[in-house]
Amino acid sequence: MTAPATPDTGEKDPAIRVRGVVNKFGETVIHDGLDLDVRRGEVIGVVGASGAGKSVLLRTIVGLNHQAEGSIEVLGRDVDRLSDDEREALRRHWGVLFQDGALFSSMTVAQNIQVPIKQFLDLRPDLLAEVTALKIALVGLPPDAAVKYPSELSGGMRKRAGLARALALDPDILFLDEPTAGLDPIGAAAFDSLIRNLQQALGLTVFMVTHDLDSLTAICDRIAVLVDKKVIVGTLSSLLRHEHPWIREYFHGPRARAAGADK
Amino acid sequence: MARNLIAFLGLVTIAIGRAIRHPRRIRVTAVIANMERSGFNALPIVGLLSFLIGVVLAYQGVDQLTRFGAEIFSINLLAVSMLREIGVLMTAILIAGRSGSAFTAQIGTMKVNQEIDAMSTLGLDPIEVLVLPRILALVITLPLLVFYSDMLGMLGGAIALMLLLDMSPTQFLIQLNSAIPMGTFWVGIIKAPFFAFAIALIGCYEGLRVSGSAESVGRLTTQSVVEAIFLVLILDAGFSILFSSIGI
Ligand SMILES: Nc1ncnc2c1ncn2[C@@H]1O[C@H](COP(=O)(O)OP(=O)(O)OP(=O)(O)O)[C@@H](O)[C@H]1O
Ligand SMILES: [Mg+2]
Repeated sequence: MTAPATPDTGEKDPAIRVRGVVNKFGETVIHDGLDLDVRRGEVIGVVGASGAGKSVLLRTIVGLNHQAEGSIEVLGRDVDRLSDDEREALRRHWGVLFQDGALFSSMTVAQNIQVPIKQFLDLRPDLLAEVTALKIALVGLPPDAAVKYPSELSGGMRKRAGLARALALDPDILFLDEPTAGLDPIGAAAFDSLIRNLQQALGLTVFMVTHDLDSLTAICDRIAVLVDKKVIVGTLSSLLRHEHPWIREYFHGPRARAAGADK
Repeated sequence: MARNLIAFLGLVTIAIGRAIRHPRRIRVTAVIANMERSGFNALPIVGLLSFLIGVVLAYQGVDQLTRFGAEIFSINLLAVSMLREIGVLMTAILIAGRSGSAFTAQIGTMKVNQEIDAMSTLGLDPIEVLVLPRILALVITLPLLVFYSDMLGMLGGAIALMLLLDMSPTQFLIQLNSAIPMGTFWVGIIKAPFFAFAIALIGCYEGLRVSGSAESVGRLTTQSVVEAIFLVLILDAGFSILFSSIGI
């Protein structure tokens, strides 16, 4: 194992460890020495102003964006020091749900779910069908959704289908980018409780970017706030007492009161 | 722009190398689906336009050459221009407009929809899954389409000439046979795979450049067609110089 260059002040054995990450696009610096630990088995909510770099942070951790500086460890492995095979193996341990599902539009829901399974496992056709049906049921989709194309589904169903694909390989970590955006409040609440139930049943670590204060209060164990190009992490109650102006505004504004955050 | 395109060409070349070493990684169903869309479905339009161009060439040739009493050489004019240049150029431009733009729009929409990101996180290489099948499909179909275009162009020209010059099909064929060597026909076809590669490469490249909004899909689709046609014409000029220097 490689010893960390900086003295370890963070969590013991976190699911995700981000150290000193710098991200910039041209001259614009998005993250500047960002540190973050995500504990195993927790639901962490990432909030921040629009354009603060929440999505970029998620994309950097899953390897869709490469940081200019800093290191990222997932499940104890430095993602930048892996061979192709090791990276492939590590990828099996996480699932990503993009906004609006990002289902492959030329495939049915069932085929979508089978893409990662076929990529990593060699299952018999009957077993494959069984696993697919199981995943569809797991996310609360009706069985007949299997043969539908993404364009035939509602936004909420597409997200559930995307979640089923993200869960296809029984990952340890689930990344969600604004999972409840664009859903009506009832649909959003149902999706929140689905994620909470799955997280508890499957022992997932959940990294969730969100704008939804209800989701934050309902299912997140801790909250990471992206301000000033870094994150401030805390529980809801500790962040309610934080004196940073943006955090105060966020948790004590009218919408926060409506969501019952600042009780 | 040019530098990024060359970098993309590098990535594609690496992927082609990998596909040659592991032929099982080639997505045969995707290749066939793309061959159907860009090749088979283009048959009516390519056929119709080639036929009409053949007729036009015949009329123009007869019109001009009659003044010198050399109207029989309209057959040479028709055969040389159709087989060497017009068949392949027109088909390539048509396919750039039809399939190159479709490649950009399809891949661009997938980009907007984050399907490409989803693919990468699942460990699938977008170049292997999306780009190679399209390139391969076009490189296979364009030469076939050019052959078809040549045949229909010659047919259109032949019908027009037989009517205008009051010839029998036999006379036409005899004159045609003495007018051009068999190689003329290959001079056109040999260019087709190169044009196809350029069209598919640009179409996919511009599609992958789409970022964020649906608006950029439209803009880059237009750009992809313009660039593809531009590149085809440059390549064609290059081939002309090459062929004349080796005396074909
Ligand atoms: N590929 C890119 N190229 C250039 N700039 C980018 C790129 N991706 C993101 N950015 C910029 O980085 C900044 C942060 O973007 P990001 O998508 O992470 O915001 P966000 O916090 O997720 O916002 P939102 O809540 O609106 O989704 C934005 O200013 C964006 O313009
Ligand atoms: Mg975002």
